[in-house]
Amino acid sequence: MTRSKLTRRGFVRRGSGAAAAGITAFNVRGAHAAGKLSMGFWDHWVPGANDTLTKLVNDWAAKEKVEVSIDYITSTGNKNLLTIAAEGQAKAGHDFLAFPTWYPADYARQLEPMDDVMGELVKKNGAVNATVEYLGKSGGKWIAVPAAPGSQMKPPCSRIDLMKQHAGIDVQAMYPAGAAPKADAWTWDTFLAAAEKCHKAGVPFGLPLGQTSDAVDWVGALFQAYGAQLANAKGEIVVKSDAVKQVLEYSKRLVQWLPQDVFSWDDGSNNRWLVSGRGALIMNPPSAWAVAKRDAPQIAQQLWTHGMPAGPKGRFAPFLPYFWGVWSFSKNKTAAKSLITALCQPAAIAQLVEASQGYDLPSFANLTTLKTWGEVEPPKGTLYHYPNPHSHQIQTIAAAPCPPKMANQIYTQATMTRMIARVTTQNESIDKTIDWAQKELQGFKRA
Amino acid sequence: MAMNTVASGGPALVRPTRTGLQKAMKRRSTIAFLMALPLIIIILALVIYPAGYALMLATLNKSMEEFVGLENFEFLFDRETFWMVVWQSCLFAGSAVIFKALIGFIVAHLVHNIPLKGQRKWRGMLLIPWVIPPAMSTLAWLWLFDSSYSAFNWILEGLGFERVLWLGEPGWARFSVILVNVWYGAPFFMIMYLAALKSVPEQLYEAAEIDGAGWWQRMWFITLPMMRNIIAITVLFSLIVTFANFDIVRVLTAGGPIDQTHVFATYSFKLGIESSDIPLGAAVSLFMFPLLGLAAIFILRDVTKRGNQT
Repeated sequence: MTRSKLTRRGFVRRGSGAAAAGITAFNVRGAHAAGKLSMGFWDHWVPGANDTLTKLVNDWAAKEKVEVSIDYITSTGNKNLLTIAAEGQAKAGHDFLAFPTWYPADYARQLEPMDDVMGELVKKNGAVNATVEYLGKSGGKWIAVPAAPGSQMKPPCSRIDLMKQHAGIDVQAMYPAGAAPKADAWTWDTFLAAAEKCHKAGVPFGLPLGQTSDAVDWVGALFQAYGAQLANAKGEIVVKSDAVKQVLEYSKRLVQWLPQDVFSWDDGSNNRWLVSGRGALIMNPPSAWAVAKRDAPQIAQQLWTHGMPAGPKGRFAPFLPYFWGVWSFSKNKTAAKSLITALCQPAAIAQLVEASQGYDLPSFANLTTLKTWGEVEPPKGTLYHYPNPHSHQIQTIAAAPCPPKMANQIYTQATMTRMIARVTTQNESIDKTIDWAQKELQGFKRA
Repeated sequence: MAMNTVASGGPALVRPTRTGLQKAMKRRSTIAFLMALPLIIIILALVIYPAGYALMLATLNKSMEEFVGLENFEFLFDRETFWMVVWQSCLFAGSAVIFKALIGFIVAHLVHNIPLKGQRKWRGMLLIPWVIPPAMSTLAWLWLFDSSYSAFNWILEGLGFERVLWLGEPGWARFSVILVNVWYGAPFFMIMYLAALKSVPEQLYEAAEIDGAGWWQRMWFITLPMMRNIIAITVLFSLIVTFANFDIVRVLTAGGPIDQTHVFATYSFKLGIESSDIPLGAAVSLFMFPLLGLAAIFILRDVTKRGNQT
């Protein structure tokens, strides 16, 4: 089999011209003339989403004469993380993989620079937010490209009826479909009052406080809304601050209005809480709504995804981008870059978003107003505000802005939720908890 | 080929000279080595190499670029969470093995006393928890323990009791992971003890009965001494497996709440894979080795001593 050996310069030259036409192209002909390409994508939760991605890859492969092999790797049981670790160690495996949030930074030295690809994409699709740069760049270079499949936000998903009835909050009026939010009064203090009212009405907010991603994400956004950092951008430990004390005090007040067992919740518990009709609000991507649409349509009709509450330092929303990163040991980097570029074209992204029922989020500014989010129902407009179309909130990730390798430790070891657990379930003093966190953080500074 | 000529009164005997290789192949030790070679290769590939690799990883820094000697271990010794994991692993393995041994022993006696005709059915049924893949059966337990929707809490509430936070409160969470481990592992003890019971000569009991020995004396002076080696080896084997348990804790609690159910394997996974600190994860997993090594030395020494006495 003949394998195309395109140089990087050649690729960029062709890519630039082709990008203007909508897609990059090789000028190589003949069956599989451009060699083989193997890839590991994230196995999507939403049924059918993988099929659309497969079709897009196959269309590209047929056009570019590349023999492709696709593996969908589940994140259940961290199979995707194990695959990344194994391939990183063995320096063999797929040509490119889907890397969740922190993992491009962890494998930065083994990833091919993607400045050429990102340069073109940003020109065409608009800028990416600061969180994507924070996670996808290393040493000033792009090491991975933000992928729509799997990228998600975890904003509140509220019950329209219960919030109106018990908390006196009209979430649809606050976040109207097709229009800018009118949510100045939607603050963490309002949130606390609403949590209390809903708890007293027997439909408490379902906010997990375990050590899994859903718990860490909303708690991270809460910390940032109060300006509470555990470590700053230089990696200096700054946990001993009034802001951290303030947010822990706030958490103590909030936790009393949450279900008792939230400390043992996993990432599915909050979804079940909402779909079973037991709660008035959770913070999650639209997967809970999609399940409700299938299993409990009467609940789905009452669900509205909207923005996060604001704190003294701003309105922060948890954003978790997935990335596509090309291994430096890949044997067909040129084809990998070409495919990634093709999959990030607006038309391809629109198809992916449609197939995922609005779950997938492109990271590019020009692609946050695709028709899917405005049109999916019930109720119509339920996901309109999910992609942050009015840049109403700052998309962030827990533990940012401290250096990603240290932030990854804070995130995966759930330092923030453990701090809340210590001051609430263990009745530990705030000062003692901060001392404990300080020691943990010192350990995370290991090089 | 060179030939040896042996001078004698009769016709000369010509015997082929053996090469070094041929001589070596005739030696019993060589044959033994060759026969053991497949096993040696398997042990080298699947035990020695991974263990050596883990040891090597544990001596690297986080980015796996520099040799740092025992720094990872020093770092762990300074962590409150690590010592909590050591304590929890010992508590988990110790209590689970004691209960498994106790329940296995009692159930083995009960099954042993069932008439032979029906015994097979009971043996089969009692082995079910042990033959179901633990990741799957633990999922069922997870649903049973779910504090919001579980059958256990539904029954408790029906009986007028408070709901129990099976996996949300540290004490109950530890109880739950130990309970599931006992449920899963007790049939193994049962089947081993049952086999041991069947090998005890009936004449010993008959003689003891003639001497007027009661149930307790027969148990203390005949059954237990006859089963000692099986008990010791089963306990050792189970201790190793329980100490290294991953799936039950991972599925039920993932180490929470507040790390209070983490054991070595889950903590190692948390640090090594989830937090991308493979050297530190390797150091945690290696910490099991000296603990289990000590247990193995004491138990096996005892077994060997008794073997030499008999």
